[in-house]
Amino acid sequence: MNLFIEYSLVGLASGGMYALIALGFVLVFKGTGVFNFAQGELMMVGAYVYLSVTQLLGAHWAFGLLAAVAVGFALGALIERLVLRPLAGQPTLAIVMATVGIGLIFKGAAGLLFGPDQRQLPELLPRKPVFLGEILIPGGVFWTFVVSLAIVLACLAWFRFTRSGVAMRAAASSQANAFAVGINVPAISAATWGLAASTGALAGVLLSALNSLTPHLGDLALAVLAVLIVGGLDSLGGVIVGGLVIGWLQAMTGAYLGGSWREVMPYLVVLVVLLVRPHGLFGRKEIERI
Amino acid sequence: MNNPGGFSLLGPRFGVLPRSHADAERRLDSPLRRAGLAALLLGLAVLPFVADGYIVYMACLVAVTTISVVGLNILTGYTGLLSIGHAAFNGVGAFACAVAATRWGLPFWLAIPFGGLVAAAAGVLVGLPSLRIKGLYLAIATLAAQFIFLFIVQHWESVTGGDRGLQVPSPQLGSLRLDSDFRLYWLIVPVAVAMCVFAANLFRTRIGRAFIAVRERDYSAEVLGIDLLRTKLLSFALASFYAGIAGALMAYFFRVVNPEQYGFSSSILQLTAVIVGGLGSILGSVLGSLFMVALPELLKGLATALAGADAAKVAVLLASARELVFGLLIVGFLLFEPFGLAEIVRRTRARLAVWPFRS
Repeated sequence: MNLFIEYSLVGLASGGMYALIALGFVLVFKGTGVFNFAQGELMMVGAYVYLSVTQLLGAHWAFGLLAAVAVGFALGALIERLVLRPLAGQPTLAIVMATVGIGLIFKGAAGLLFGPDQRQLPELLPRKPVFLGEILIPGGVFWTFVVSLAIVLACLAWFRFTRSGVAMRAAASSQANAFAVGINVPAISAATWGLAASTGALAGVLLSALNSLTPHLGDLALAVLAVLIVGGLDSLGGVIVGGLVIGWLQAMTGAYLGGSWREVMPYLVVLVVLLVRPHGLFGRKEIERI
Repeated sequence: MNNPGGFSLLGPRFGVLPRSHADAERRLDSPLRRAGLAALLLGLAVLPFVADGYIVYMACLVAVTTISVVGLNILTGYTGLLSIGHAAFNGVGAFACAVAATRWGLPFWLAIPFGGLVAAAAGVLVGLPSLRIKGLYLAIATLAAQFIFLFIVQHWESVTGGDRGLQVPSPQLGSLRLDSDFRLYWLIVPVAVAMCVFAANLFRTRIGRAFIAVRERDYSAEVLGIDLLRTKLLSFALASFYAGIAGALMAYFFRVVNPEQYGFSSSILQLTAVIVGGLGSILGSVLGSLFMVALPELLKGLATALAGADAAKVAVLLASARELVFGLLIVGFLLFEPFGLAEIVRRTRARLAVWPFRS
């Protein structure tokens, strides 16, 4: 029983990381209706920026984080301006493939610049294990959970309470009406992309500090599809619930069925949820069924 | 199109407004076009006798890729259903064919269609969710199917051989063993030509037009009396059948099937071929496959020139360079030439037809 609780807690803790990764997808999808398959690669780029600034330039880790967030924001806004805006109104196929293409560009460029070797990031969060009663949780996992959840909640609050957050929600719910009340929708779209890429960069730094960094870090983001589908593609709150559910399920399948089941479980969940409840737990029900 | 005299180097077919339906139809079928097609077929027949082994090998690879890409184009380009898991159906066909050939000793002319049919059945299974979901959600479902396929192949070791895969014997026709690229060419290329012709003709029939109607607007298609359920599933089945045949031919061509060949990156390569070649164009599928098979070879030459003879270094460089170039191609074509190489060909032909006048 103790073992079950321990696995559960570790699973839930890794769910916080999933929520942070998923946040970037949801921001862009909610704000601009684009599912960004390059989000994982934006994470990877953020992590490499952090690595370059802290290790190659030898700067303080805070500067590294700042640089990662700034570069992420710029890249996100640039992608929106240069690729997605010209493609506005095109069929889903073109938009999906454009983001896939952007992801490939980043992955290839990172591979050429940094090589395929694993890089170790300097430790960011305390490694000391945390005890909850008698149960031990690895320090990295625990603190990553806390930081991730804090970032997600900060984003939620920002959307809820600030002026620009409200403008973003307005643009998301109806572009035409947002224009009509004087919101600069194109700028908002670019900012949404930038924000999503920034959260991605943070997620990338945290994730690769926990494990290690290769140009294929972004592939991990595909496993987050399940989080998105369970929570609902356009629900910010859904990422937390989805992240916790999937994190817990992964820990359970990993513990009781074996490591390979752990990897395929998210995709099984995706298929089942898509069949039973395509908009997820909290998503807006707008999927046409024909 | 302002060329009242009808002057044209390619005959009076272009640059003039057709005056009747019969007139328009005649232009689709000119002696020149037939001559071009005959020359192409003749060229394919002569190629293995004049070209060296490397070219024959590449020609087989292009032909196999073309079959699969035509299938994906039927599904994605013509019916508008985005699939990010097409390589999984290559894999289903390849493994079904390999199992049929090694376990049951089926001859290749039965094992290859068997691979196609099993893949088609798998396609219908994956296509079933398309009745409830579409667009992005369907793409995600096919992506999930891709990974689930890999999982099944890797863990159903008693049948698929797990990560090591299966060895496939050379096809045997009477006493003739098709054990060289030269001999396999005569199996692969005719199949590819036949399947391209079939696909091109399909879109002149009721079923093919129904696919296009579904792509343009599914509500309107249903109002027109098209059974969406049947049409979408048929498109999935047909696309997967093409993928399965391609996979089965690949199995015989490479003589080994393993899960590595049918992963996510292969699906992306095929989608890139569809976009680069031209969505909704059979000619485009052929051009796209040719392009996407030839390009890595050119890159390999470049990488070797840059990194020297160190094979491991070349492979590393090549993998990243491929990703970078594929990504640039996808984004570039989507932004600047959304209908791909086929559109460039069409435009060039129209220009030539009315030269020296502007089209």
